[in-house]
Amino acid sequence: MSGLAEWAAMGGYAAFVWPAYAVAGAALGGMALQSWRRYRASIRALDRLSGSAGSRR
Amino acid sequence: MATMISRLANPARFMRVSGAVLPVLAPAAALVLVLGLYLALFVAPPDYQQGESVRIMFVHVPAAWLALLVYLVVALGSAVALVWRHPLAEIAAQAAAPLGAAFTLVCLVTGSLWGRPMWGAWWVWDARLTSVLVLFFLYLGYIALANAFDDPGRGGRAASVLALVGVVNLPIIKFSVDWWNTLHQAGSVFRMGGPTIDRSMLIPLLVMALGYMLLFAALLLVRMRTALNERKARALQLSALPSPAAPLPNPSPVLR
Repeated sequence: MSGLAEWAAMGGYAAFVWPAYAVAGAALGGMALQSWRRYRASIRALDRLSGSAGSRR
Repeated sequence: MATMISRLANPARFMRVSGAVLPVLAPAAALVLVLGLYLALFVAPPDYQQGESVRIMFVHVPAAWLALLVYLVVALGSAVALVWRHPLAEIAAQAAAPLGAAFTLVCLVTGSLWGRPMWGAWWVWDARLTSVLVLFFLYLGYIALANAFDDPGRGGRAASVLALVGVVNLPIIKFSVDWWNTLHQAGSVFRMGGPTIDRSMLIPLLVMALGYMLLFAALLLVRMRTALNERKARALQLSALPSPAAPLPNPSPVLR
């Protein structure tokens, strides 16, 4: 077995180790992505609103 | 410390300071997490009993620590919101709760994936596992309550009370492995007499924990800024509505 394949096999525990890392990455990465998108959207909404309020003044 | 917090508690100042901190905090979190993953997957040795499966520890244990730490943030924010009615405290608690729920979920799922090969079971109703599951439901209940009412003030207060009642669960989680006979092992890092875990595993574990903490701090700031932006947008929207010349007996815009 090559070095990389042996590493990926995780001594026979690949079926448990990799899903654990995948779940952690998906949950925390997903949370980061969702937080960031909503943040950008809140900035856009605020820009739109303060822009329209400014034009009416 | 108290004066620092009360100074930061002004929303305008919070936006200024967090806006300056975030561009440093977010890359630092990413960097430490990458370093932690490298140490966890390539440098740390396999365990002499558990073999390579021990690598699950590096994503599981920091998630458990953060699950507890974030709950403390939620409870503290709730207490300050209830006692002093400080708007930023409630915003912080509500911004932290979904992050805490995510860490708790990671802890539960990775624990299950570790338990199957080591204990021969995906799940056991043991004191540690059950109390962490209760923590997960406390987070969900808090989030649901905070968003349950049309009037955010009422929902926020109900949620804050739930968060404070739930604090009782924290020492139960921490000491469950000492008070009851559990399948879950006892702590090996934060214990009297120092850690029993070997340095070669302790250092990758602490680096991962620091990465999780920096990630939490960065996302907490992002979510608090989002909440303040959304609040400001709502206020702008309301002020943009044509205001009646004389106060109407029923000012509800729906009934007009």
